[in-house]
Amino acid sequence: MSGNAAPAQVLIAGNPNCGKSTLFNALSGGSAHVGNYPGVTVDRTSARLRLGAREVQLVDVPGMYSLTAGSPEEQLAVNALIEGQTRAVICVVDATTLQRGLYLALQLIESGVSVVVALNMMDSAESLGLRIDTGRLSQLFGAPVVPVVATKRRGLDALLAALDKEIGGGSGAERVEVAYPPRLEADVAKLIPVVAQWRPETAPSQTRAFALWCLLSLGEDTLRGIPDDVRRAVHEIREAAKAQGRNIDLEIISARYAWLDDALGEVCSAQERGPSWSERIDRVLTHPVAGLVVFSAVMLGMFEALFAGAEPLIAAIESFTGLIQTQATMVLPPGVLQDLVVEGIIAGVGNVIVFAPQILMLFLFVGFLEDSGYLARVAFVIDRVMKGVGLHGKAFVPLLSGFACAIPAVMATRTIERRRDRLVTMLALPLMSCSARLPVYILVVGTVFAGQSLGWFSAGAVALFSMYTLSVLVTLAAAAVIGRTVLPGPAPTFVLEMPPYRWPSAQILWINAWRRLRVFLVDAGTIILAMTILLWALLSFPKSADIADHYAEERERIEQTEASEIDRAEALRSLDSQEAAEQLGYSLGGRFGHAIEPALRPIGFDWQIGVGIIGAFAAREVFISTLGVVFGLGEADEENIPLRQALRDARHADGTPVMTPLSGISLMVFFLLACQCMSTLAVVRRESGSWKWPLFLFSYMTALAYMASLAVYQGGQLLGFG
Amino acid sequence: MKLPLADLPLGQSARITSIDCERHLSRRLMEMGLLPGTPVRVVRVAPLGDPIELRVRNYALSLRRAEAANIAVSSEETA
Repeated sequence: MSGNAAPAQVLIAGNPNCGKSTLFNALSGGSAHVGNYPGVTVDRTSARLRLGAREVQLVDVPGMYSLTAGSPEEQLAVNALIEGQTRAVICVVDATTLQRGLYLALQLIESGVSVVVALNMMDSAESLGLRIDTGRLSQLFGAPVVPVVATKRRGLDALLAALDKEIGGGSGAERVEVAYPPRLEADVAKLIPVVAQWRPETAPSQTRAFALWCLLSLGEDTLRGIPDDVRRAVHEIREAAKAQGRNIDLEIISARYAWLDDALGEVCSAQERGPSWSERIDRVLTHPVAGLVVFSAVMLGMFEALFAGAEPLIAAIESFTGLIQTQATMVLPPGVLQDLVVEGIIAGVGNVIVFAPQILMLFLFVGFLEDSGYLARVAFVIDRVMKGVGLHGKAFVPLLSGFACAIPAVMATRTIERRRDRLVTMLALPLMSCSARLPVYILVVGTVFAGQSLGWFSAGAVALFSMYTLSVLVTLAAAAVIGRTVLPGPAPTFVLEMPPYRWPSAQILWINAWRRLRVFLVDAGTIILAMTILLWALLSFPKSADIADHYAEERERIEQTEASEIDRAEALRSLDSQEAAEQLGYSLGGRFGHAIEPALRPIGFDWQIGVGIIGAFAAREVFISTLGVVFGLGEADEENIPLRQALRDARHADGTPVMTPLSGISLMVFFLLACQCMSTLAVVRRESGSWKWPLFLFSYMTALAYMASLAVYQGGQLLGFG
Repeated sequence: MKLPLADLPLGQSARITSIDCERHLSRRLMEMGLLPGTPVRVVRVAPLGDPIELRVRNYALSLRRAEAANIAVSSEETA
């Protein structure tokens, strides 16, 4: 991690929804560092914490129900535990679901690490009529149990005092020993020497816990770093047990729960109670009719916020970027440096921060859904639909967000638990027709369908509706195909806790959304900035001296000939635009556009549209401004009449028009399906942890786009259109 | 009377008798406290008919019917 000697580390672990992050924020005061666990794309949030005379590093471990692991992501908790600098673990337990939370605590205590149990949400437990004798529980566990209410910062001092004492050597209390069946004990005894050979420095009690962990975790797993002889030994023991009709998993887990049931019978008394208010809310929110109505309303609200709510902020950022660019143009002398600063660096930074409003908004919204407990109900209500294409119910919110923008949507996939399910979702959702595609549709529709109608509807409306429908169908189909071919694996299992409804803390929502934004700005932002500069260079170099000289002469001629001031300015502006168009044609990007024209002809495009497509890689809407330059019109937007006219007037070498209704549809289909967005690739790189997946995403979407456009254009011509 | 959890009528309590899913899922369910002998009740069905929501060990857990089909329960009303 950091450069200085590794500080003492305290992990904070617990079930999902147990209030672990609230406690982490309460202890750290919101000042946290977000990094990555080595080898897996799981955020590692840590913060410095003063503890009496010492300073420790508090690490927030992702929510989990047990230490048992089947994948590298689940393994990281165990790895963090056996790291040398880990001195203690705070195990957060929701007092209202005591048994399940204490199962994890029991496993941690068995593992030999110093554990302090923070019994959270004691106020809720009491209001449910639950009384817990924490002193007795502490005796039974042989570890301190401290009641806390993280949301109200109650019990934190006692928790820190207990932690300090544990790190300082502990109370020396005797740790719990679960009584496992004798046959299982015999199996463990067989495995201990093999494990001890693997980890010779480990204390004997820990070796025993580790042997139990191996028995429960190994087999059909994808864990890393487990020696073959340990695997072999576990396999033999498990096979032998199976032959005797025993189930080792069941033996281990039920022995632990039996111990917990006994202990809790002693320390815990509950009164019968009626349905909680959470259950009453659920009667409405998951009701067959009312539930679907609320669901649609909430999703519509989210969509509206992303689409319309973020719009003014995005516009403000864009005009601010424009303002800075104007200022820089005035300050810097004209030339390559000015272009680099204005069109490379400032535009690049603008390309990054323009996503900030939508990312913040989506994460505030998703955070609210998640912390309130409704996100689990969203998954519950819509899972039936998602299951059909092999997705998890939790994939719905990211997919829907994809209509607004793929960047925050890809980041939202982290609410999905399993890596494979997350990858399938993030590889399919860039096919959702995001808001950046809309200007392109509007330009094309305005160019080729202006004033036409199909029955009652305008042709443009039908075309737009078809694009959105197609995008949903293709996204779902892609998810189904990717899940069966590229990322085969067991279909997602839907084992999801429905946490009680709770009112989220605004402070925590804000802290979390801000952390996500910062990670995006730093990790994905650098890639986006670099690619913007690269793209600028591609469309700017090399510059032709001949073209420059020619236009310099022309300018001089105009200066001398044009009589009126206005005519002169007009003529000069038009010359600037023409020069920019010619220089663009001469640049690498322009030459590339010419070079790929033979490939573009069969789908109905020419080299100019090709250059537009290259420029659009910075962001889809850049397609339009690039076309403006290509056609020598200077700046242009999708409502630009001269640009539409220029597109209509564009001719292939044989004199046929480039833009026909058919090539227009082909162009829209291409933009719908192609991965014309380097920011999406950058964020998929960040969230998947490797370049492999963005490369795959780009390749399959581009291939799909080309083939679909080819089918549209060639098929349309065969049928006699265009 | 023994039956798959997926067929347990809404609102009726039962005890789990066995869990026979693939290993990852069985282990996960057991570690979440669904063990032979554990009382369980189906409290809700999603608006589109699947998944279902259970009440077990004082918390709510939702499962797809396909997964609940491999959990056998014995209904207390006839037992």
